[in-house]
Amino acid sequence: MSEPKFNNSLVRWIDHRLPVFTFMHHEMHEYPTPKNLNYWWNFGSLAGIVLVIMIMSGIVLAMHYTAHVDHAFQSVERIMRDVNYGWLVRYIHANGASFFFIVVYIHIFRGLYYGSYKAPRELLWMLGVVILVLMMATAFMGYVLPWGQMSFWGATVITNLFSAIPLVGESIVTLLWGGFSVDNPTLNRFYALHYLLPFVIVGVVVLHIVALHRFGSNNPLGIDVRGNQDTISFHPYYTVKDAFGLGVFLVLLSAVVFFLPNSMGHPDNYIPANPMVTPAHIVPEWYFLPFYAILRAIPDKLFGVLAMFAAIGVLFILPWLDRSPVRSATFRPIYKVMFWVFLFDCVVLTWLGAKPAEGIYVLLSRLFTAYYFFHFLILLPVLSIFETPRALPRSIGKPILEGGGGAMAAAPAAPREKL
Amino acid sequence: MADTNEGTTRRDFIHVASATAGALGVACVAWPFIDQMNPAADTLALSTTEFDVSGVEEGMSVTIVWRGKPVFVRHRTEKEINEANAVKLDELPDPQIDSDRTTKPEMLVLLGVCTHLGCVPLGQSSTDPKGEWGGWFCPCHGSHYDTSGRIRKGPAPTNLAVPPYKYISDSVIKIG
Repeated sequence: MSEPKFNNSLVRWIDHRLPVFTFMHHEMHEYPTPKNLNYWWNFGSLAGIVLVIMIMSGIVLAMHYTAHVDHAFQSVERIMRDVNYGWLVRYIHANGASFFFIVVYIHIFRGLYYGSYKAPRELLWMLGVVILVLMMATAFMGYVLPWGQMSFWGATVITNLFSAIPLVGESIVTLLWGGFSVDNPTLNRFYALHYLLPFVIVGVVVLHIVALHRFGSNNPLGIDVRGNQDTISFHPYYTVKDAFGLGVFLVLLSAVVFFLPNSMGHPDNYIPANPMVTPAHIVPEWYFLPFYAILRAIPDKLFGVLAMFAAIGVLFILPWLDRSPVRSATFRPIYKVMFWVFLFDCVVLTWLGAKPAEGIYVLLSRLFTAYYFFHFLILLPVLSIFETPRALPRSIGKPILEGGGGAMAAAPAAPREKL
Repeated sequence: MADTNEGTTRRDFIHVASATAGALGVACVAWPFIDQMNPAADTLALSTTEFDVSGVEEGMSVTIVWRGKPVFVRHRTEKEINEANAVKLDELPDPQIDSDRTTKPEMLVLLGVCTHLGCVPLGQSSTDPKGEWGGWFCPCHGSHYDTSGRIRKGPAPTNLAVPPYKYISDSVIKIG
């Protein structure tokens, strides 16, 4: 690796003593990246940018928010009505949370499809699952802060999950509440943690990137990079591609922020919290619905809670459940089909989580919950033994096997036009 | 792709154009994030205060709140008004005649914030030190104000400010 030469003498002076510019040049400029990444690889950097948007809009909201049961709801209404552009910042933050989960879920399913969790990227994957868990905790506590009816009863239901723990459950819930119900101490600690956790996420994201840069990105073929002919530098090729994706993302985010700002929220949260009256139909935010469906599918309190946490926990051990040495689903004919079946299962669980827990929905929830765990615990280990993968290409530079060359193999023959 | 000019390509143009569009976009988004720190609508709605001065007896001082800051209302005695008028303008660090600082000469309305570094001067209570000129004395860094609230000695650069106010009836003033 050649030492980067900086033209600016001040940059050279600083870099000689504190090599931040060399570091940035190495990790963000020349960083060799597989040349065949498709648009599904945009969502990692996009998630990082959304995290920054959330922290910036969140700090603004914290400047105007009051974490007290008597003032929280009013202070949020004041943000919406009186603070300059407060409505804009709050809608960015509230819808940004939903978009954050959309981006991260796409990022996760991309990893599932292309086998990005497999060796040597197991820790990279597990750090990602840690980020997901932290995001869920942060989002949950953030939803409590406006202190509307859904805030209050969501907080009550979710904290009561811990009462399922045998013997010490009730004491743990009292500890979480700082009292005998969700009240001012609960609101205060949730606010403190809601401010803290995003910065913990930033820390884990840094580890996630360190682990990523150890072996570089996986790619749609799922085969290792063989040499320089398989890679291009991150800048300008992927900075431009990521910037384009960011532009598309911001168009969609703006469309929702300006035209459908409450479409992903719940109207009951515009009613101030009332500890004496529970809303008729409590629904968590959409990004929790699949896990909520799993919770309700199990008729036993303790096992329902365990199943819900296991649904996320199983992701931690995924690299050891799927033993197939082939990463990309492109070359795994059966897994490729089962991936889409699993995605369908998750979508249906999301839909079921929003339905009342009665009648046919209970039965469906149980079937689709069973399939969720079947996919991870039985299907993937069995597939890794019995599935016959298709032949892998020799390298990224030669994606077509010898003799099978078509239009793609002919393309590099023409020299690229230089500008 | 043909060069449009010596050493300039269409790609250079696209680079500059997209960087400009990006910078404009960031600037547009930055403004709401800056402007949110300015006073909110409900804060601005509290920017005027009405006060009935008829309850302030001669020789008495009252402190009221306007925009979160103290406003001194002093019903001056004949002696205090005469002292304020007697001083020669060239003795003052910040020359201003007394009649320019009042609407009705007996009723002095001042912003109770020292023009040095923002402390509240003493002199409102009968037991307070009033400084060498019988007006107000700022304990933070020792500025003396006279019975017209003008700076006479100490580090403060200007006289105590007179807030914008007017009589909306014979005895009620509206500040702000």
